[in-house]
Amino acid sequence: MAKKNQDLVEFAVTARKYKTLLTNKYKNRKAWVDPNPYEIQSFIPGTIIEISVKEGDVVQEGEPLLILEAMKMRNRIQMPFTAKIKKVNVNVGDRIPKDMLMLELEAAEEEAES
Amino acid sequence: MTLKKNIIALRQKKALVQMGGGKKAIEKQAAMGKMTARARILYLLDVNSFHEYDMFVEHEERNFGMDTKELAGDGVITGTGTINGAPVCIYAQDFTVMGGSLGLKHARKITKIMDHALKMKMPCIGINDSGGARIQEGIGALAGYGEIFYRNTMASGVIPQISVILGPCAGGAVYSPALTDFVFVVENISKMFITGPNVIETVLGEKISQEDLGGARVHAEITGNAHFYAQTEIQCLNQIKDLIGLIPHSNQEKAAKIAPKKPTFNKNLENIIPADPKQPYDVREIIFALSDESKFLEVQELWAPNIVIGFGRMNGETVGFVANQPMYLAGVLDCDASDKAARFIRFCDAFNIPIVTLEDMPGYLPGVDQEHAGVIRHGAKMLYAYSEATVPKITVILRKAYGGGYIAMNSRHLGADFMFAWPGAEIAVMGPEGAANIIFRKEIMEAEDQDAMRQQKVEEYIEKFANPFVAAAKGYIDAVIEPLETRELILHALEVSKNKDDHRPYKKHGVPPF
Repeated sequence: MAKKNQDLVEFAVTARKYKTLLTNKYKNRKAWVDPNPYEIQSFIPGTIIEISVKEGDVVQEGEPLLILEAMKMRNRIQMPFTAKIKKVNVNVGDRIPKDMLMLELEAAEEEAES
Repeated sequence: MTLKKNIIALRQKKALVQMGGGKKAIEKQAAMGKMTARARILYLLDVNSFHEYDMFVEHEERNFGMDTKELAGDGVITGTGTINGAPVCIYAQDFTVMGGSLGLKHARKITKIMDHALKMKMPCIGINDSGGARIQEGIGALAGYGEIFYRNTMASGVIPQISVILGPCAGGAVYSPALTDFVFVVENISKMFITGPNVIETVLGEKISQEDLGGARVHAEITGNAHFYAQTEIQCLNQIKDLIGLIPHSNQEKAAKIAPKKPTFNKNLENIIPADPKQPYDVREIIFALSDESKFLEVQELWAPNIVIGFGRMNGETVGFVANQPMYLAGVLDCDASDKAARFIRFCDAFNIPIVTLEDMPGYLPGVDQEHAGVIRHGAKMLYAYSEATVPKITVILRKAYGGGYIAMNSRHLGADFMFAWPGAEIAVMGPEGAANIIFRKEIMEAEDQDAMRQQKVEEYIEKFANPFVAAAKGYIDAVIEPLETRELILHALEVSKNKDDHRPYKKHGVPPF
């Protein structure tokens, strides 16, 4: 118990703070981050089979960006909205984890002006 | 003379089967730190009580060179016996025989003993130690698994089913344990996963060891798949003996009653809970102070420790305890805690075990992760389980009972038979600080010294509402009691609930949120 008492932390549930221990699961939980629409992340771990765009391209909404093969399925990743490719972080043949930042986008210039 | 000869031949034949996969394979098993399937059964069951059946069952596979392969008992030992006098059916997969792989006949031996357990109304214990499906048998192996799962489901809630993972248990094989009531695991020996490290690495490129993926600790602490965790096989088998002693043979019986004994725990119930509501304590000490001989067999000790569940005896009879644990996460309810408690409540209800709920909880765990993980769906399981249960249901509110948690922890409104509260209980829609901030927002904002005003209003709220008497005035609490009266009152409540007769509307089955 002596050791346990040293590990007690302040833990807020609504307005009151309680002294308590934390579970590993709680300590390891991921903080919520607002999704950034300009970041294209992998939704599943897999292999990059094909990349159809390069940095600087202005790509129209719905056009193919790359193919991510996972679980024997070729997943076609499409452009979510018209924008410019700022950075390509993957190469053909790369085996990537889930939630990897594959492509970074930026507003296309004509869109930025309007 | 011929009979004598036949008897000798029979003995030789039996001895051969009892050698399993042979001396070399047995040595290999020992080198892995594992007992043999037969040794496990003999240790678990009472001396001379084990009787084996289907020793001479043979597989019928003729492809892939299997026609010349003789497999002792087809890789599984089945039979009946007793544990401290309680009858059980048991099977143990024998890893020394072709890796304990499951073929159709192996599975049929298991389903036969399961059918027997269900018909004769006794617990069924399965010891898993198998490399998985016997690939040579193809669809036959799959059929075998399916037939086991079907029986696990049919037997659920009728006879207690226990799974012991003493080796690998991978792929489809994991679903039999998952369908049973209690899963036992042992450090460094148990390995459970749907897809193993090899597949994960090939398909996804993620490297992980078997132990980190699905070892005993992982299932005891992270996934919640395991209910009992042990350091050694012997410790594990002893845990099974303890559990069997506490649960009934079937849903048609009550657990065996033994001579009532007084608690031995020497801490005074008045001194366990700190006066400051923000300070934690170990709620298991309250259970020790209430249960016979202060014995408590905790279930899923490492997973979701913010709620404590397990079996003890009161007046010699088995009860199931469900208690918030302020020592972890302040005793909040969250996805895992609700899931854990709900399944336990349903087990108790199915097997005629009264439920004693000890409540001290500040509410549900706030957080994006919880909301997105479905705390609404998981939390609802608990409401469902308590409402559905028809066994005697007794609640003691020790300290905090706020908001939705108050309702969920077997409140009167969900059908509690007895609601007791200690005099320091705070039964309210939320914590006094939060409530005062909302109700007296204007007064606090307009005050010169806001902190002083807030403090004053919080105290006012505690005085008027955060106590057991508002609920008692409405009859939601049956009695406000002194801590030292608790055991006597629970014993009395159990005594007068013996003939409880509570019916539910006719249904094929409910549709709980799982």
